[in-house]
Order: sequence, then structure tokens, then C-alpha cells
Amino acid sequence: MKRLMSGNEAMAEGAIQAGCSFYAGYPITPQNEIPAYMSWRMPEAGGVFIQAESELAAINMVFGASAAGVRAMTSSSSPGMSLKQEGISYIAGSRLPAVIVNVMRGGPGLGNIAPSQSDYFQATKGGGHGDYHPIVLAPATVQEAYDMMFKAFDLADIYRTPVIILVDGMLGQVMEPVQISTVSRKASIKKPWALTGCAGREPNIIRSLLLKEGALEEVNNILQSNYAAIQKKEQRYEDSNLNDAKIILVAYGTMARIAKVAMNKLCKEGLKVGLIRPMILWPFPEQAFIKATKKKVKFLVVEMSYGQMLEDVRLAVNGKAVVEFFGRAGGGIPSEDEIVGKIRKMLRG
Amino acid sequence: MDNIFTRPKSLRDVSTHYCPGCGHGIAHRLVAEVIDELGIREKIIAIAPVGCAVIAYDYWNFDCSEAAHGRALAVATAIKRARPQNIVFTYQGDGDLAAIGTNETIHAANRGENLTVVFINNAVYGMTGGQMAPTTLVGQRTATTIAGRDIKTHGYPLKISEMLAYLAGVKYIERTSLSSPQEILKTKRAIKQAFQNQIDGAGFSLVEILSPCPTYWGLSPKQSLEWIRDVMAKEFPLGRIK
Amino acid sequence: MPKIKIDREKCKGCLLCVSVCSKNMIMADGELNKRGVKPVVFKDTGVCIGCAMCAVICPDCCIEVWK
Repeated sequence: MKRLMSGNEAMAEGAIQAGCSFYAGYPITPQNEIPAYMSWRMPEAGGVFIQAESELAAINMVFGASAAGVRAMTSSSSPGMSLKQEGISYIAGSRLPAVIVNVMRGGPGLGNIAPSQSDYFQATKGGGHGDYHPIVLAPATVQEAYDMMFKAFDLADIYRTPVIILVDGMLGQVMEPVQISTVSRKASIKKPWALTGCAGREPNIIRSLLLKEGALEEVNNILQSNYAAIQKKEQRYEDSNLNDAKIILVAYGTMARIAKVAMNKLCKEGLKVGLIRPMILWPFPEQAFIKATKKKVKFLVVEMSYGQMLEDVRLAVNGKAVVEFFGRAGGGIPSEDEIVGKIRKMLRG
Repeated sequence: MDNIFTRPKSLRDVSTHYCPGCGHGIAHRLVAEVIDELGIREKIIAIAPVGCAVIAYDYWNFDCSEAAHGRALAVATAIKRARPQNIVFTYQGDGDLAAIGTNETIHAANRGENLTVVFINNAVYGMTGGQMAPTTLVGQRTATTIAGRDIKTHGYPLKISEMLAYLAGVKYIERTSLSSPQEILKTKRAIKQAFQNQIDGAGFSLVEILSPCPTYWGLSPKQSLEWIRDVMAKEFPLGRIK
Repeated sequence: MPKIKIDREKCKGCLLCVSVCSKNMIMADGELNKRGVKPVVFKDTGVCIGCAMCAVICPDCCIEVWK
């Protein structure tokens, strides 16, 4: 069955199909279709919807629901995500699964409500206090946004970690046909650590406070080995035309769609242009760059920001190739023509 | 001869980190006694605050979660909604419930969440070294009001229980104290009522407990109880508020 | 006869029990316990009425009562 849905609605429906039974959120543009959809769809599916009094309350409700063992999620947009960072740090520190959608808008500050990719650092580097990383998924189409919700809840449960779906406001708002899953894929991962009442077992405690000497270091070491496993197993990317590319575009989300149009235009002229599209931003798909830099290539990173993913590309390339950048922010979106122009310049130089 | 008073099962047999004469130890025990008497230990999910009682889960013998400072009632709301068959309560101090967490407190109460709240009011921040709390009395000396709380710069003691009583979602609010064995027994009855309300599905119930902090009041444990009786309870009158 | 038992190692010496014992049967010990405070001791003079007020007010759950 195909349904015409906005990215926001598709992510909400995907979450329900993935077995999410708790949603708490606070209105902020451009993600308002998610709480609106959840407000009727979640009770219909037998779950809990709460319009929280703030983003702080919403993320801490997700903390509570997850501690109680259910699949829980919240959503917000950039300024609201800043508010949620403390809670995400607690979720990471307490080793709880959670799914958080960020439909990015322009910043800093209250910014505007135009699409943006300026929260890349915040999402991939931790965002709150302490040594942690959420897993960060970056869909580029409405269908992929829907499909990735299943992946998000599974990753969150398997690794007991917060997972962020990072999209820009355009993907949240755009409407595209979505193939709706007909097979119900519910959570099957056991959670013996969850708070359910201590009948027949020793009490469970959910905590991130560890005062005993060495105890917090021990938990940090568990987190780090978890992150190492995630980096090894969970890198995902899509690539195009890498075999003979002289210039490789790097972009994610909506930006990757625009980059693809530019690439196709140049390829039609016989120019050798390829694309790497990270589908998961943390762990960053270093493997793609290790492979690509075996040949003589140049990279052009394109973002709706002033160069955030650029830093991870440079780390992955590790000096083996030239990495150039083109980006706009604050509501500015790099156009197909601007990208084409930049590549022509690179090919000349 | 019968053993008529012993450690409740819901209280682990360990020493606490609390200072001599601190009211937290009494309040922890009362909560544990009530839970044992109601036979609900295996259904309990407790939320510990940030403050002196931050590691209450090391002392209680049932399922517990921490919460970020002030967010206990957001965490509790979600746990109770996700698992309505469990009995969920928060245990929070004055800074946690009435300063940084005022928003969560008011909105959980106003939604009429079927929760039990044990609110410890000792008029000071204990964990961080005795700073002014929202409930600090006018003229009371603290680490951040060394000449005494001055209403011109710090305003008045916050009577959050009276504020909450106005909300339609709130079922039960009572203020009690730990100033004598008699008051302690009244406190226990109030805590029991607050849990019974949740079992009966009656809605949001809160017990505010005036509790001694000898260390940051600069008084002996005995003087602290007298201060609650003679001074603090004048500002925060005891009894059923709703 | 009613009696109480005090866990001397858990006692922090706050003396609240002393202040509520109507028969003056609880007092500070002269010896330090392992935590370095002088705990209270029960001096059984046979007049304990088993009212349990000492146990009710004890912040550290150190007192058991038999009646």
C-alpha cells in the first residue's frame, strides 16, 4: 500500500509500525506534524501520547518510559533539541534506548524555520555533557525516513543508546508516496534491566550517578566498547559513480538529493563526478573514504551549514586527497547550479 | 515478648550517608514502612531526586530510577502512563520540586497524574552546601544569604503546596513535620493516604514534610526539631491543605 | 519486660532518641564506634514501657523494640 505523506507524518507512522508505544513532545516548527499525527494515531495503536509542558519534560518523559521498558520517542527542531541535550546525556549515561527526531531549522538562536543542517555537530559529537555519542541516522527521502524508524528503534534497543533521526525542515515537510509496511515488526529484544516492579527478582535501578571510586570509569569503558562495536558494524552509505570519478560530492539528507541532480547533469556532459551519501552520520562511514581515496580524487562536501560534516570527511580522508567545501546556512540552500559551478571551477583548477 | 519495631523490608540494611539528625532517614523509613504495610513493594517504581536524597535507591529495596534535577515528575508521569499497573512515586526536595522542577511539578499536578509525591522541605539546599532554597525563611542565614534572606532581593518563601491546591487535577495535599514522634506518626498516616489514593486511582497526591537539616541550620538535632515546631511551622502551617 | 536493642555501629550519635525517652533509659556511650562517634546505649533499669518513641524518631533505623 502506498500513501502520500509528509516526511514528518511518515516518521510518526514508521515509529508506530516499529512498535513505539510512547511519544512525548512539545510543539516547534517545522516538526509539528509529528506530535499532531501522534496525538490521534498513538492512542489508536494502544500507546501513550503526551503533549509535554516543555522539551525538557518531553525528553525526561522518554527517559521514564524507556526505563519502564517500552519503545519511546520524542521529536523536536533545533532550539528544542538544545533544550533536550541534558536529557539525552542522562539517557546515554543510564544506558537507555530512545529515539529522537530532529527536524532541523536555521540557527543559531531562535533562527528561522527554514531548512538547515546546522545541528550536525550537536547530533554527532554528543550534544550534551560527558563522553557519549548518539547513533545518528540521516534519511534523504520520505520513504527512507519511514523505513529508518524501524532501524532506529532496533539500534536503540540493541545498543541501549539514544538514536537521533536528523533531517532538515524540507524533508519534514515535503510530501512523497510511501510504501507502508504490511508486516508488523514489533520489538523482540528482551529488557531484563527495565523497571517493572521487583516481583520475583532483585530490584532494578536506572542511574547515571556513580560516586564509588572507579565505578563511573567502568561505565564509560562499557560505553566506549559499545561505541567501538557500533563503529565497526553500523556504518551505512550510498555511493554513485565512484569507479571513474575525479570529483566526489559528499552530502546527506535533502542536500544529497540536490547534489545528485548536479552530479547527473555533469555526468551527462561526460564529466567524471561521483557521490558519497552518508546514511548514518554517527558512526561516520569512514570505510567509504578509505576505499575512495585509493584512487586520485578530489572531494566536494556540500552542506546546508558552514562546514560541519566537512570535518568528519577531512578526518576520514586523512590528508590523502583535496577536500573542498560549499555550503550555505540560515535558510540558504546550495542550488544545483551553485554546485555545478563549484565543480567546474575545481575541474579547471 | 513481641518485636514491635524493626527495620521494614523495603529499607535495605545499610547505613546512609545522611548527617546525624537528618530528616531524610526518618522519611525514607516511613515510606518503606507504608509500602510494606500496603503490601506493594513488588509493584513500586520510585523516582529519586537530585539533592541529598539522590542515592535513595541505595537505601530502598524496590525498583528505582534517577531523574535529572527537577524532572522527577516528568519521569514518573511516563512510567505510570506506560505501566499503570505499578505504583509510582517521587521523593523530592525543595530545590528539586519547587525551584528547578516547578514546571514539571505544576503540570504533572494539573494533568491529575495518578502519582504519589513525597516532598521534603528543609528550607535549604543540603547537597551543594547550604544555599538558599525557594522555601528558605525570611531572615534565615544560608551560604548565599549570609545576612539572612532579604525579601527585597530574594522574595518570599514559596508555598508550593498551597499553590498546587488550587489546581483541579490535585486530589490530596497535606503538610506534616518530623518535629516529634507524634508528628512523625502523623506524617506516616499522610504518606499512607497518598499511596492509598494512587491504589484507588484517585489522582495526584502530595505530602509536604517539614524536615530537619541540623548541618545547614547550624543547630543541634534536638534544636532543629524545636525550630521546625516554633519557627518553620509558623511559616508553613501543618495540616490538610486539600 | 519491654526492651530495646540499639545497633551501635549504625548510630550517628544525634541523640534524638535520648530527647524523647520519658524514662531516661538511653544515653551517650563513652566509647567511640567504628564510624568515630559516640553511639547511644540502652541502660536497662527495668522501667522501659516499650513506647517505641526512640525508634520512631531514629533517623538511622538503629533501634528495635520488644514488648
